[in-house]
Order: sequence, then structure tokens, then C-alpha cells
Amino acid sequence: MSDKDKAMDYWKANVRLILISLVIWAVVSFGFGIVLRPLLSGIAIGGTDLGFWFAQQGSILVFLGLIFFYAFRMNSLDRKHGMDEE
Amino acid sequence: MDQFTLNLIVVGATFAIYIGIAIWARAGSTSEFYAAGRGVHPVTNGMATAADWMSAASFISMAGLIAFGGYTASSFLMGWTGGYVLLALLLAPYLRKFGKFTVPEFIGDRFYSQTARLVAVTCLIIASVTYVIGQMTGVGVAFSRFLEVSNTAGLLIGAAVVFAYAVLGGMKGITYTQVAQYVVLITAYTIPAIFISLQLTGVALPPIGLFSEYTATGEPLLARLNEVIQDLGFAAYTLQDTSFLPMLNMLLFTMSLMIGTAGLPHVIIRFFTVPRVADARWSAGWALVFISLLYLTAPAVGAMARLNLVDTIYPNGASEQPIAYDERPDWIKNWEITGLLKFEDKNGDGLIQWYNEGNATFAETATERGWQGSELTVNNDILVLANPEIAGLPSWVIALVAAGGLAAALSTAAGLLLAISSAVSHDLIKGAINPGISERGELLAARIAMAIAIAVATWLGLNPPGFAAQTVALAFGIAAASLFPVLMMGIFSTRINNHGAVAGMLAGLIFTVVYIFLHKGWFFIPGTNSFPDTIAGSLFGIQSTAIGAVGAILNFAVAYGVSKVTADTPQEIKDLVESVRVPRGAGSAAADH
Repeated sequence: MSDKDKAMDYWKANVRLILISLVIWAVVSFGFGIVLRPLLSGIAIGGTDLGFWFAQQGSILVFLGLIFFYAFRMNSLDRKHGMDEE
Repeated sequence: MDQFTLNLIVVGATFAIYIGIAIWARAGSTSEFYAAGRGVHPVTNGMATAADWMSAASFISMAGLIAFGGYTASSFLMGWTGGYVLLALLLAPYLRKFGKFTVPEFIGDRFYSQTARLVAVTCLIIASVTYVIGQMTGVGVAFSRFLEVSNTAGLLIGAAVVFAYAVLGGMKGITYTQVAQYVVLITAYTIPAIFISLQLTGVALPPIGLFSEYTATGEPLLARLNEVIQDLGFAAYTLQDTSFLPMLNMLLFTMSLMIGTAGLPHVIIRFFTVPRVADARWSAGWALVFISLLYLTAPAVGAMARLNLVDTIYPNGASEQPIAYDERPDWIKNWEITGLLKFEDKNGDGLIQWYNEGNATFAETATERGWQGSELTVNNDILVLANPEIAGLPSWVIALVAAGGLAAALSTAAGLLLAISSAVSHDLIKGAINPGISERGELLAARIAMAIAIAVATWLGLNPPGFAAQTVALAFGIAAASLFPVLMMGIFSTRINNHGAVAGMLAGLIFTVVYIFLHKGWFFIPGTNSFPDTIAGSLFGIQSTAIGAVGAILNFAVAYGVSKVTADTPQEIKDLVESVRVPRGAGSAAADH
């Protein structure tokens, strides 16, 4: 496999990972926090509903998890495709 | 010891630390000045980014906006944190790999166009200067309240301090100063929140306290809050307006704040300072960890402060009589002096009636109770600063909050000034006017540019073009609509060419600025707006704060369309894009600069 193909494979895997992460990013904030909140109103949490929790707290926690998940996965992708820095 | 002396000691001690660090970490080379020699550990960088990012708006304003906006204000929470996901996934690692010093430099090289670089410099300067004006205003307010000097004197003291460490230290000094500022601001924000959470719910962690039981009545805190404010005619705290336009506006506003966060140059350049590409990813994560400590606390601060406020005014419950003006607590007296909290006895009964006089259905109840209008006006922005006083916390906590507010405003102002000075000295002077300039000359130009930027921002801070929140919204809109889309396309597409990028940036910038001016007044001059800035009255049914997201979409579309009908990008640019996409070789790219 040439260097160019290797780089292409690496990039495709990266873009796939980014797309998955961004779908989760959008679902928890724009979805659960705003558009889908009326659908989640049946789930009670601390005097309010799940959508309110996602809008004020849950989405931030998911964002945190996403960035570390991405950084961790990319480190192993870097090594697997021989693209890491050293 | 009185409160004033205590404020002076605590604020003075923190400033001595900042200036000491700036002198210790003086920058000697351009690499140290712009990118701290690329030797900053990702955790340290994350902490500095957090201080850089969290401005007077986050520290002073946001909890107040949440307290009075309830659920609707969630946009600030999601928007100002969600942008870091975009940064970590779409920009930071690639721009670090590119290995240069400024955002316009990447745009100029990637789109092989001096014009693109200069348009980017323009966008950067407009966005950063408008942002820094708001910070300087915040510095002035905080200094004048706690040092008991005039607003003008407060602003000038603040400008002198920013000048001292930003000009001397450059990025290296700023980075380590910001670490100290982060520690001060997060301590100052969380300590009063923990006290108040314990008082109201018995839970020490404010984010958990928010969803716990209110000890006094045994019902959930948020349910209690909904109840008491509805008794006064306000909308329920957790209420969502589910009709189409309010929901669309909330979506677009959240999106604008997210994209704006990822497009603001002073945040992006922070990721140039870490040693490796992988560190840029980790660093974005650490930045969000440190930011989250404040952003998870803020909704609790907002809700609890609102409840405390109602309980102070209506000690026997919202359906009983409020307190008498003569028996008001000291904190009300303190804030009356500033004019940010006002009482007017409209019905002459000597009691403080505070309710929602804009609510037509509640007006009947109000008349029945002999009320002739709400008698108390509370400015959103005093809430965080007044919070420890409302909860009756010790005076050292009040002094600490003063120091925290100043740390937040000063750290952001310094970061913005660095972004402006590097754009001027590196992109404008070295890149366009005098490419042969020596490293010493460039460093001097950067420091002069910074001094001029501070002078301009201070002058505009004395005569602000509008409320801080308006100018900050413009800064986000511009960054979202102009810089973020071309940065992203520059990495993720090899097809977008020089013409596409320039056309895209200009379309996004002009559309957004014009739309804001149509609703806020041209150059923020009151009365020159053509449309009211409300959902119902605005041009497209979209408020001006939410328009940045539409500008960004326009930018993407125009750049794509123009690139499609003009010549393909040259091979060496395709190679450049491919090299930016892989981490391997990042060290050498930095060293050969």
C-alpha cells in the first residue's frame, strides 16, 4: 500500500469518526435540549423533565465525553495507520 | 476591617501575582511572543484557554441571564460549550499541524491569495475589537464598584494593568498569567455557589443541588421556583415555547454561539502553543473540562439566586405581603447606590411589590391586591456580584468575587489583544507591507499594535457603541459567518479555491453585519434601525443575535458555488491540504518557521 493510499484510508476513518461524533453532538443539544424536549417531557428529573436537564447540564457532559472519546480514538488511529508524530 | 480595605487587599494581591508572572515569563523571540515557543503542556494550555475564553460575559452576565430567562437562556450554556466539540474535531489539530502563528496566515496560504489573507485580517480585527470593547466596559464596571472609584478611573486602571502584562509578556506571559487567573476566577465563582447550594438544598455540589429538594419545603427546588415566580405572574422557569419561530430562533442562536466559539481567533491561536498535534485534541478537551466547572455551576447559581431574591422580598411566601422598604437588607442598599437596582413606591404603602407587570392575566390579581405596578427593577448583571451579599456570606467571599470578575475580564482582554497585535504585525506588516522586517522589528510592531489596540478599546469602552451584550453578539456573528466556514472548508475540501474563499467570507461578513445593523441601528446608533429586534418584528423572523448561523450557511454556499465555476485549486495546494490532515511531521513544520 502506498503512502498516499495509507493517508487516504486514515482520512476516511477520521471523517467517519467525526460524523458519528457530530451526530451525537447535535442530537443531545439541538435534539434532546430543544426540538425533542416536548417528546421527553414524560421523563421527570428533579422537579422538571429530561429535556431541561439536557439543555442545562446533560449536553455539556456529553460534549466533554465526546472530545475525550475522539482524542482517544484518534490516537489509536494515528498509530494504526502509522501517522503519529514520532 | 471594612469591605473596601478587604477588596483592595484581595484584588491587589491577585494583580501582584499576575504582573509578577508576566515579568518572569517575558518573551524574547517572536515564537515565544506568538505561540509561547510551542512548549505549553496540554493541561496548562487547556486552563489558559478556559481563562481566555471565559470573559466578563460568562462570569458576570450569564448566571443573571439564566436567572431571569430560565430555560430559554440554555442557549448560552450549550452554545458556549458545544463550540469546543467543533474546535477539537474540525479545526484545532489541523491548524496546529499547519504550524504557523495566525489564523489569517493559514487562510492566505491555503487559498494562495494575499486578498484572502487581508480579508481574514479584517474579519479578525472587527470581531476581536468589538469583543474587547465589551471586556473593557466590564473591567470599568467591576473596578468602579469594588474600588469605589468612578467608571472612567476604573477603566483606566484596568487598561494600565492589561498593557503591563500583555505587552511585556506576549503569549508566553499571557499563558501563565491566565493559569493564575483561571484559579482565581473559578474559586471565586464556585465558593459562593457551594455555600448557597448548602443553604438551600443541603447538597454541596451546586449542579446536583439544582435538581435536589428545597430543604425548607421538601419539594424539588425547580418545582418550588416555578411555583413562586408564577405566583408573581412570571413565566415558569422551565417553560419552553414550542411554537415554530421561537424554537427556530433558539436553534439558530445556539448554533451561532457554537460556530462563533470555534471561529474566534483568540481561542484558535491557543492551540498553536502545544507541542504536538495530538496535544491540540487533548488540550481542547481539557479546556472544556475547566470551562465546564463554571458552566455546570452557572445554571445552579441562576436558579438559586432567583429563588433567594423572591424569598428575600416575600419572606412569608409569594402570596403574602412583601417586606417593607425601611426593613430592606443591606445588600439592597449597597446596590441602590450603583443605580443598577431601583425601588419606586408606586402605591405609597412602603412595601416592595415585585411582580411581572407585563402579564395581562396577572394584572387582575395585582389590582385586587392593591398593587399599582412592579416597584423593583433589578439589572441582570448585578446578580453574580450581589449573590454572596444576598446569601449573607462573609466579606472575604465578596472580595474574592470582585477579584474573580476582574480576572475573567482581564484575561480575555489580553488574549484578544494578542490576536489583534499578531494579525497586524505578522499578517499586515510582515505579510503585506514590509516582508523583510527583522524579528526584533516585528516584535516591536506587535507591541505597538497592542498599545494602539488598548488605547482604541479603552476609548470605545468609555463611549461604548451599545450594551456589552450587543457588541459581543456582533463579535460572535462575525466570527461564525466569516472565519469558521473558510477554515473548515480549507481543511475538509481540496476543491474550494481562492475566489470561493474570498467571496464566501465577504458574503458571510457583509450579510451578517448589515442584518445586525438593520435591527440594532447602523453602527449601533439608536433609532437608525429599520426593524425592531424581536422575533415577530424582525426581517426574516430571526433575531439579530441568531443571524450568524445563517451567515455561515451563506458563506459555505457562496464559496462552494464560486469555486465550482472557477479554476480548480493547484496541485501544491492539494498537497498542502493532504499534509495538514495527517499529524506526522508536525514538529518540523513548526521548526522551519
